[in-house]
Amino acid sequence: MAASGNRRPGFSRRAQYSVFASYVIAVAGTLVGAILLALSHFDPVAFAAFRAGVAEVTTPISSGIAWAGRTVGAAPQTVVDFVTGGQTAAMRKQIEDERALLTRARALAYENRRLKALLKVRERIAEPVVTARLVSSSGSSTRRFATLNAGAWQHVETGQPVRGPGGLIGQVIETGPNTARVLLLTDPESSVPVRRTRDGLAALAQGRGDGLLDVRAVSGNADFVAGELFVTSGAGGVYPPNIPVARVVKRGRDIALAQAFARADTLDYAMVERAYLPPLPPPPAPAAPPKAPKK
Amino acid sequence: MRPPRKRGPFDEAPDSTWMRVRPAVSVMAGSLIAILPMVAHFPILPPFGLLMLLGWRLMRPDAIPIWAPLGLGLWDDLLSGQPFGSAMTMWMLCFFMIDLIDQRLVFRDFWQNWLIAAGGVAFCLSLARLTASPLAAHVDTAVVLQIAISVMLFPVVSLLCAWLDRDYEPA
Repeated sequence: MAASGNRRPGFSRRAQYSVFASYVIAVAGTLVGAILLALSHFDPVAFAAFRAGVAEVTTPISSGIAWAGRTVGAAPQTVVDFVTGGQTAAMRKQIEDERALLTRARALAYENRRLKALLKVRERIAEPVVTARLVSSSGSSTRRFATLNAGAWQHVETGQPVRGPGGLIGQVIETGPNTARVLLLTDPESSVPVRRTRDGLAALAQGRGDGLLDVRAVSGNADFVAGELFVTSGAGGVYPPNIPVARVVKRGRDIALAQAFARADTLDYAMVERAYLPPLPPPPAPAAPPKAPKK
Repeated sequence: MRPPRKRGPFDEAPDSTWMRVRPAVSVMAGSLIAILPMVAHFPILPPFGLLMLLGWRLMRPDAIPIWAPLGLGLWDDLLSGQPFGSAMTMWMLCFFMIDLIDQRLVFRDFWQNWLIAAGGVAFCLSLARLTASPLAAHVDTAVVLQIAISVMLFPVVSLLCAWLDRDYEPA
């Protein structure tokens, strides 16, 4: 192999200066990059506008490829459905529906017990903001973001929860006109307040970054058994209660390994909901302040 | 079919604009791998933009000017989901290190190129993991796997660079 080029371009002053200038630009740019990195470390949404701008262009491409892939991938299924008269599809859908129903029923049973004790019902009508597809994700980064094919024009706002047919997917963190970035449950910086369906034990579901979740008991002395189900608790006011979140896969004390219900790579649609903010009762009129004891 | 006539010494040189931007365009296309319609649950995709960049730089030092990783890294940051400025800084540092190695190790074989690229990929991915995710995140196994996959892919990417560069004529 030939020797790599000499950096000295010869006797031409002009050429020498331009080489020198290119190194000056490179060093200065590295410093600028380091400053940008520090800025985005302290304010993660600082450059959201640029990312949203690029996502506006790439999302139609992604969704176009995805549409083509779905059409081709669905072809064998279509043939099977044609032969069996759609029975398989119907049964598969039934299983999916019943699984969701079961989780919901468990959560409702707990809810009922609690409400009976409380004797106070506060209704909330869950109306989705928009239903759209997740089109791509940060595949080579250690962060877990996905791009949603709907944005501010569809009234998607930062902080709204995103759920799929199987369960909770994540939360909107940045919005562009027609796209939004979703922080997935499995991101290492995501944390969702949950409760156990069996007895309502409060816990936090935190992403690990490797596709699984850590369920941490809020109060100490908890024992998690494999197979236990967790749904959102509604604490914090972001996620509406009773959305299935995760199932424990390994027994643990205080911290247990869990798997999210919504496998975002297999799901078809994602539903953006309004942030859950229960209407607070009006604060009671302040009583007359107790008089300071006179000395 | 008759092969196309070779350009004689007195013929006009073909327009080289496309030749000059081809390396940069292929690196940007490598970064675009992030828009593939799939939702990954752990970092598994190799950083194709970085691999293409290293492939070009190690194959032909004058293919990409020394300051180019700034712009290319910025483009990658917009797409990859890493914090803004991370690829910009790390790719540039990689280029500085390769520049230093070029001064010491004047004659290189492909094996040395591969080793240098492996070092560069490992450096960028581990630094990216440190800046992007909290230390407690369980992503280290995935990152090690990602580094291994990327290093194994480097010869393929080098071949791709060489193929893209097939009709390059040194001035």
